[in-house]
Amino acid sequence: MSTSITPESRDNAQRDSGSRRSPKADQAHGADAKPNKTQVRLGDRVFLGLSRGAGITLLVIMAGIAVFLVVKALDALGDNNGNFLTDSTWVTDGSKPAFGVAGLVGGTVISAGIAMLIAVPVAVGVALFITHYAPRRVAQTLGYIVDLLAAVPSVVFGLWGLVFLSPKLLGLHTWLSDYLGWIPIFDKDETGTTARTLFTCGIILAIMVLPIIAAVTREVFLQVPRAHEEAALALGATRWEMIRTAVLPFGKPGIISASMLGLGRALGETIAVAMVLSSSQEFTYKILDPGGNTIAANIANQFAESNDLGRGALIASGLVLFVLTLLVNGAARVVINRHKEFSGANA
Amino acid sequence: MSIVKTDTAAPPAEPKPLQLTRRSMPTWIPWAVAVAAVGVGLLTKAVQGNWALGGFFAGLFYVVVVSLASWQIEDRRRASDRLATSIVYSAFVVAVVPLVSILWYTVQQGWEKLSPEFLSHSMNGVGPRDDKGGIYHAIIGTLEQVGLAGLIAVPLGLLTAIYLVEYGRGRLARTITFFVDVMTGVPSIVAGLFVYAFWILALGFEASGFAGSLALAILMLPTVVRSAEEMLKLVPNELREASLALGVPKWRTVLKVVLPTAIGGIITGVMLSIARVIGETAPLLLLVGLSQSINTDPFSGWQSSIPLFVFDQNHSGSRFAPDRAWAAALTLIIIVMLLNLVARLIARWKAPKAGR
Amino acid sequence: MTTRPRLARRSAAFAAIAVAGALTLTACGSDDNSDKPASGETTNAANPPGGSSSAAAPAKLDCPTGTLQGAGSSAQKNAMDEWVKAFQQKCSGAKVEYNGNGSGAGRQAFFDSQVAFAGSDASIADADVAKGTAACKGTPAINLPMVTGPIAVAYNVSGVKDLVLDAKTIAGIFAGQIKTWDAAEIKALNPKATLPSTPIQAVHRSDKSGTTENFTKYLKAAGGDAWAAAPSQDWPSQEGQSAKGSDGVANVVKTTAGAIGYMEGSFAENAGLGVAQINTGAAAPVKLTPEAAGKAVSAAKITGTGNDLKLQLDYATKAEGAYPIVLVTYEIACEKGTPADKLPLVKSFLTYTSSEEGQSILAKNGYAPLPAEIATKVRTAVAALS
Repeated sequence: MSTSITPESRDNAQRDSGSRRSPKADQAHGADAKPNKTQVRLGDRVFLGLSRGAGITLLVIMAGIAVFLVVKALDALGDNNGNFLTDSTWVTDGSKPAFGVAGLVGGTVISAGIAMLIAVPVAVGVALFITHYAPRRVAQTLGYIVDLLAAVPSVVFGLWGLVFLSPKLLGLHTWLSDYLGWIPIFDKDETGTTARTLFTCGIILAIMVLPIIAAVTREVFLQVPRAHEEAALALGATRWEMIRTAVLPFGKPGIISASMLGLGRALGETIAVAMVLSSSQEFTYKILDPGGNTIAANIANQFAESNDLGRGALIASGLVLFVLTLLVNGAARVVINRHKEFSGANA
Repeated sequence: MSIVKTDTAAPPAEPKPLQLTRRSMPTWIPWAVAVAAVGVGLLTKAVQGNWALGGFFAGLFYVVVVSLASWQIEDRRRASDRLATSIVYSAFVVAVVPLVSILWYTVQQGWEKLSPEFLSHSMNGVGPRDDKGGIYHAIIGTLEQVGLAGLIAVPLGLLTAIYLVEYGRGRLARTITFFVDVMTGVPSIVAGLFVYAFWILALGFEASGFAGSLALAILMLPTVVRSAEEMLKLVPNELREASLALGVPKWRTVLKVVLPTAIGGIITGVMLSIARVIGETAPLLLLVGLSQSINTDPFSGWQSSIPLFVFDQNHSGSRFAPDRAWAAALTLIIIVMLLNLVARLIARWKAPKAGR
Repeated sequence: MTTRPRLARRSAAFAAIAVAGALTLTACGSDDNSDKPASGETTNAANPPGGSSSAAAPAKLDCPTGTLQGAGSSAQKNAMDEWVKAFQQKCSGAKVEYNGNGSGAGRQAFFDSQVAFAGSDASIADADVAKGTAACKGTPAINLPMVTGPIAVAYNVSGVKDLVLDAKTIAGIFAGQIKTWDAAEIKALNPKATLPSTPIQAVHRSDKSGTTENFTKYLKAAGGDAWAAAPSQDWPSQEGQSAKGSDGVANVVKTTAGAIGYMEGSFAENAGLGVAQINTGAAAPVKLTPEAAGKAVSAAKITGTGNDLKLQLDYATKAEGAYPIVLVTYEIACEKGTPADKLPLVKSFLTYTSSEEGQSILAKNGYAPLPAEIATKVRTAVAALS
């Protein structure tokens, strides 16, 4: 793999060869070569223009979203009587509207955090199982099933979570608070009879994002150079040692970017959380008690009945969610860049 | 990598007889432990009265005991290998159980209502006390909206990915890469809000299926770009170099060599992005208007869509609504499965033979 | 490489499959959900098909053709569905779409001229009157009360039937002051019932809702000092559980022992929940019936001017047999200034909904018909739409 050239040098080489070749061709064939040359250049130029244009379109869309969010949010924030970042009330009508996202951000981070804690290890396990443990014959089918499950719509997760799962998790809630109640987050105030809590939402989000993370991670694991794996095995490594030394390091950036994909969905998941969670505006870290809310679910719950100011406030909270994902992505990029030597292009 | 020195108790004086085969655990031990684990699970269930907890402890018991046994009988390396194997297997079980449960429950709840009549009728003129109506209008809406979104997002996303992988250097490419990541995190409802303000409020169009498509396209775009980018990156440079060395222009190299090589992964990525948007409810709620009758024109008038239909029926007061919601959810899952199947077949049929 | 597939060709094939699929489906789908074959009955039928309108005088309609779009209150969605069904049976050339996505969304869509009329749980707020006028090309938008519905206080307590509550007790329960079902306050109202010591789980709406607004208005007006918070679309306290939508609240109450919640009457009925009778201070506790709700509405004052029929309810009414927790939902439309292509449809549809026949359908769905006096005024206002 050390023999392969870097993208930059490849590009330069190509450019050089191109410029070197055409004058020669001109001299050799005279007028006959001319249309060919312009065709080549035109084709490349058009193609480059098209693909660059597509990239720029994408930037324009993002700018549009950002500008729109900021403008609408600023409108609403001007009329806010509370502190937008530290309050957890949400009163947008009446004479003294006051709203803040503290509780919402807390709930969003907690539920997505629970989801990632559960989903990432399990998804990596699933991807490993499909790529390295399952019999070759069934592996492809299993991978296909995981892909299908990524397609179950969030409305269905919401229905299922509300009707089927949450009653079943009540026992787990009681058990956790009985035995682990001394840990603050497992403390339980209410003798409530509901499992429609942040904890349950975290589990549902984990189930939702798991197939996505697993599918992407699996693709990455499949790209691990066969030679690396066989080298490890030839040195006498057990299967696990081979995975630990060859597969996981190669797949690390892939796992991280897959997790980010999942985290993005977990942070922004709207309908399922709105349907399942017994929400309240105030912040709670007690994940076994009903209460708490997420930014996205709050938007879904409040939007229809909100007046202009209310919608502006919700958009402002959407902006916070947006910034939140931006921070997460920034952190992920730093990690991925640090591991760039494993990027597949040079493998 | 370094091979860990084994700590078997052989005396160092005498050089070990060739250790080509090491002492390995008799095959009956894992089975015996498995039986014991089932016992532990049943016991937990009897004491705590909870199947999930029983399953958890049974699994834990098996993993711990088999690893310990292997450590004693074999060595630490093999013990950790067995531990890892058990954990990977249980991760798969843990993942599959809830997912199968969702499918099974949806089929169970929705099967009865699913009929040709349900598929071929709209909800036009169905009163709250009528056990009639269907999702025909919603199927049309979903196919048209997702199809249009794909027509916008797939070429745009693919070209962007090509730009990033084949051409992109410098600040523009880095900026685009960064914003693709940011775009992944755009919550669906925010995308809906944006299109609402841009298309409906600012440009003055009415709610329509196409407005929904725009929001769906925004949601599809980053997934398409990202997966296509990953797949294009994995195409060995040797292929590109070989083609360029033959004097093939770059754009033809990309279209004829790079894309076909990566096509299987790209199609998987596109399918995943369709899977992401086909079940989207939140943006459509703001944009397509929710009709009850058939409208085949996505550019004018209200439409419906299957997830929207599920959402609407779930919030309806009619006692026939939950059945319709589940049946629609089942239909949606079936449609997605068919789409996936077709994509897989095309991918397998067209894809060049890969290494494995 | 022997095969050289082109992605463009493939994605085009995909799109083609999707579009072709849609077109094939188009050929076999049907908008017709009527009981009879559609061929016989045609437009302008003076006698309504089916038995849905029974004794009420059939409405006279001029049946324009086209598609009418309305949006708004989910509380009147069931009523709308029935009306749309009956209206379309009478006028087969007309199509009515009603999106029950919420009053706020409906009003907003109306102000943005996206829909020709909005269903709303509250009349247009003073601050929004100008927007209504703007949407109606300079003439005022008017509130037409069309559907009235009782709000049920539904409970799930094993072994307890015919629970009686009064405003103070309900306020105490929802404020978290009264914590168990055998509390003295509840016992005093239900001397004969055997009340368990189950903790009370009060369930409220997690979304903004006109139902919450009307319910808290009632608690404030009739509950005295037991209810401190101001009426609002958002549930004001942090006590108890929450759920989205009336169906969500009904579902939680149904599945949770010791739960109590408020919801539109039809949802409680559909879920088969016990509904509390209200002790208003009248001689006997009032049961939730359409008639009892209608009585409370007929005591309402009209505060709008001209054809604007904004109502003010008296939640603290002690009138005999009047059920005080009522929700009045309006249709908001332009008095003049409806676009010419929509006007005949709006007028015709609202004529139908306010007609005796239209109103008589309501009672079967857990709503209450408008009191005769108000209904007459609504008809006059609809007739004057131009």
